[in-house]
This record gives sequence, C-alpha cells and structure tokens, in this order.
Amino acid sequence: MSDRVRMTGWALLLLIFAAVPAFISSARWIDFLELTLFVAVLGQGWNILGGYGGQYSFGNAVFFGTGAYIQALLQYKLGIGPWAAMWFAVAGTVVVGAFIGYLSFRYGLRGSYFALITLAFSEAFLVLSRSLKSLTEGGRGVQLPLNQDPAQALAAFQFNFSDPFLRSYGFYYTILIILIVACALTWWMERSRFGAQLVAVRENEEAAEALGISAFRVKMGAICLAAAISAMAGIYYVQKFLYIEPGIAYGTGKSVEALFAPIIGGLGTVAGPLLGSFFIHGIGEIAKETLGRAMGDRPGIDLILFGSILILVLAFLPRGLAGLLESVCKRIGGGRDA
Amino acid sequence: MLEVRNVSKSFGGLQAVSNASLVVERGCIVSLIGPNGAGKTTLFALISGFLKPDAGNIGFDGTPISGLRPHQICRLGLVRTFQVVQPFVNLSVRENIAVGAHTRIAGRREALEKAADVAALTGMEKMLDQPAGALTIAGRKRLELARALATEPKLLLLDEVMAGLNATEVRELIGVVRDIRNAGVTILLIEHVMQAVMKLSDYTYVLNQGEMIARGTPEEVTCAPEVVEAYLGHGAAARIAIAGEADGV
Repeated sequence: MSDRVRMTGWALLLLIFAAVPAFISSARWIDFLELTLFVAVLGQGWNILGGYGGQYSFGNAVFFGTGAYIQALLQYKLGIGPWAAMWFAVAGTVVVGAFIGYLSFRYGLRGSYFALITLAFSEAFLVLSRSLKSLTEGGRGVQLPLNQDPAQALAAFQFNFSDPFLRSYGFYYTILIILIVACALTWWMERSRFGAQLVAVRENEEAAEALGISAFRVKMGAICLAAAISAMAGIYYVQKFLYIEPGIAYGTGKSVEALFAPIIGGLGTVAGPLLGSFFIHGIGEIAKETLGRAMGDRPGIDLILFGSILILVLAFLPRGLAGLLESVCKRIGGGRDA
Repeated sequence: MLEVRNVSKSFGGLQAVSNASLVVERGCIVSLIGPNGAGKTTLFALISGFLKPDAGNIGFDGTPISGLRPHQICRLGLVRTFQVVQPFVNLSVRENIAVGAHTRIAGRREALEKAADVAALTGMEKMLDQPAGALTIAGRKRLELARALATEPKLLLLDEVMAGLNATEVRELIGVVRDIRNAGVTILLIEHVMQAVMKLSDYTYVLNQGEMIARGTPEEVTCAPEVVEAYLGHGAAARIAIAGEADGV
C-alpha cells in the first residue's frame, strides 16, 4: 500500500473513532472500546521493541505497572496533581526501561534470554510492590480519593462527577488520544533513521553492526520508547479506576495482553496492535455472548475459543491481520502499489 | 591507509592468525589469498572489530582501531562484507542499502535516494523493490557490496564477493569493483576466484595456517614456491618445476 492510501485509511479511522459518541451511547460498548484501545496502547508499547526491534519481552507489565504506580503514588503520597504526575510517571518508567535495557543489552541477551529477564524483572517488581509497604501500601493497593466536585473534574483528571458528556466519554477520549500519540510515534519511527536501524538490528544484528549501527544504542532507544508508551497506558488505568495494586500492575496478565495484540494483528506494523486488540476482544465478547450463554454460566469458555483462534492465526497468518489486510488490498488494487 | 602489525588470534588451542602483518596503500586494490582455513576471514573480523586481537596493532588512517566496535570502525570509513551473505531478508533491496546509507545520512528520503544511486553503481537498479530474500546468490553478493558501499567507506573489505558466481557474473562484478576503486575507494579483498585476483589486485598477500607466507604482485606471488606448496602440498612446487622443464624444452 502506498503512503497515501495508508494515510487516508488512518484519517478515516480517526474520524470514526472521534465520532463514536454520535452513534454509540451504551456504556457497555464504550467500556468495550476503552478496553480495546487500552490493550492496543499496551500492544504498541510491546510492538516497538518486539515487532520492530525483534526483542520479545515477556514482562511489559513492568512498564505499565511502574507508570501506574508513579501516577498513583505521586498523587496519594505527595498530593501532586495528576497532570503534573503523569510526566514523572512517563519519565520514571523510561528510567526503569533504560535500567532493564542496559543490563540486558549490555550483555547481549537475546531471544528467550531477553524474554526471561524481562519476566524476571516484572516478577521482582511484583514482589517489591507487595513488600515495600511503606512506599506502595503493599498488597492493599493504592486507592486515590474520588473527586466529587464537578468544577474540578478536569483538574483532577476524573470524570465521575462532571458533565454528562465527559462522564460518559471522558476516558474514552483519554485512551483514544493516548493511542493516537502511540501510533503517531510508531508511524514517525517507521519513517526515520532510528526505525530503519532498529529493523536492521531485528533482521541481522551482526550485519547491522558492520554497517555502522550500534545495536546497543538502538535497542536502548526502543526499550525507552516502549516504556514511555506502556506508562501512558498505566496513567490512563489509574485515572480511570483510581486504584492500583501489585497484581494488576505487575501480574503477567498485562504482559501477555501486550504481546498478543501485536502478534495477532501484525508484528512491526503501526496498525497491528489495534487490529489485534479489536480481534481479540471482539472474539472475547462474541464468545461470551454466544457460547457463554449457550453453555450456561461457565467461566473460561471464551478462553478456549480465544486460544484456538490464537493457534490458527499463528499457524496460517504469519504476518498477522495487518499482513492479511495488505494482501487483500493489493489484490483489490490489482497489485498497483507493490 | 591500513596497517596491520603482528596481529595474532587464537580460539582455544587453535592459532587462527599468528603474527600477521599487512599494509594497504590508499587507492590500491590489495588481495588476500590462501587455502581454506588459512585465517583470512578471521583476519577480516579482526580488522573490522568483530574480533579482538590477542596481540598486535591495527591502524586505520593513522588511528589505532583494535578494540573499537564494528559500528565505530564503520563510521571511521572501514566497512566489511560477509562471506556468508547477511541480507535483511524481510526488507527490500532499497531498504537494505538505505540502512548502509543511514550511517552518513539522517534523513529517510535522502537515504532511500542514495540507495537508488548506489544500486545503479552495482547493477541492482532493476531489483530495488524486490525483497532481499528473493534474490539469487549473485544478487545477494551484489547487495552485500552495495550496502557496504552506501556507508561511503574509504576502505572496503570484500570477503569472497565472487564466490559462487558464474563466469559472466564474475566478469561483471570485476568491472564493478574496479569502478569502485576508480571512484576513490581503497579495497582489500579475500578471493578464491583467481581470475578476479589476477585482474584486480595491485598487490597480494598470501596467508597459510594463520601466517603470512608471501607478498608481492599477483604474478610474483602465484609463482612463489611456498604459495604453490601451501595450495597443492609439500613438494608440489618442485614437481611442477620438473614437469615444466620436461614440457618446455
């Protein structure tokens, strides 16, 4: 697909997403969209490092969780406003990303070793956040005070007591904007020297080094960017639910969601994480609605369907849904844009 | 331009390169030949920073480079190609070459334009939008060369770029290599295709079992008895000489 076709597609998609309140009013479907976009942001964070850089992390929860905890604790402990806290949340998470990246890439950890060390870090953060009670409130979690003054809704970054429009759609737009930022960053990266060098490192690290690329520096850049994007998802989460606890923050759940979306949607593509997230959660919802109802109230039935679909996608769509979309477009376009 | 002084490298008990020295003058094509396993590729890896020498010094353009990382050496203007080609298989030829171009060029568009220019130099202009994974072996060898060339090197290390090509392809590539030199790039090449060595090199070094056993013009070197013996076995030079006399007179 040429850049112009892609741009048009993105502009259309953006328009549809921005206009969602015009045709969706059911709180349930807005929640569904929010969750989907949230996972797409997590996925984009993973995609930068895993999809473009070929460094498969199994512990991206460490970035999500750290962003969320910093956002929550700065407000809870120090009384810093949410809009100021979020810069620290992003910056602090980038520092954590740089630290993990430095230790892993300095010693050339790749493949499963890198996956294991990221998993180890997220587990370590899980344990720390449970045991450092004076800092993190331990397993009880951090509960942020609810703002009940409608006039302060925007300042408090809480939309529970605000005008009806913000109450219904405030967080939808929050996560939409975060996703736009994440996708724009990825889009920019894809068309920059940094992106080209990152892909070169993924393809063949030795050849990349021979061509003047410092694989270490490029991977460091990627892990910092991944950390920043994942932290933004954490900020959204805390502001929306006003609560964070170790299991939500650092449990493997978020790490797994972060990598499923881009793998199913298409590794190393801007749209992959969003496509994948829609696919996963769409399937999940349908499974709950149909199978779940037909089978009675049996939890886990959607997971079986979900697992089967994952296997099918991995087996038959190595380039994910984005790859499928591209070949379909090419066929329709008569192979005009190669 | 390049000075390798008494460089040694061993892997465990295997002495891959021992006390080897080599000089490449600016503007020359110098070749490095030797039987399989002589340590030629190891020497290339030492020069380009992929391996660290156990002993000895390597100087490029007057600066010592032993101990620098490959990407740092590349930025100084010394780049190698790989004997076993290493294309970025999921990228197009244009994108492959642009990765090299990015060493000197920050802008994506400029790098892609530069890639097209370099492709024209190496006879790849028609393959620009093919995925590198779809190239024939000859195409991959050319791509290896083009990518290295796009980094704008002062000194280019070519590791068997002619191997596996047919006679026509070899002839074409000899022309390409000569053009590159005429454009001002100094070249050090490892080659088994003697036609290329004889036609291209101004000077030749012969490595055998890690040691530099001969040096000189290609004609001198190929006649040297120790070189003949390195390739054909002990006593071969004498036997050939006797056979030559019997035939000749």
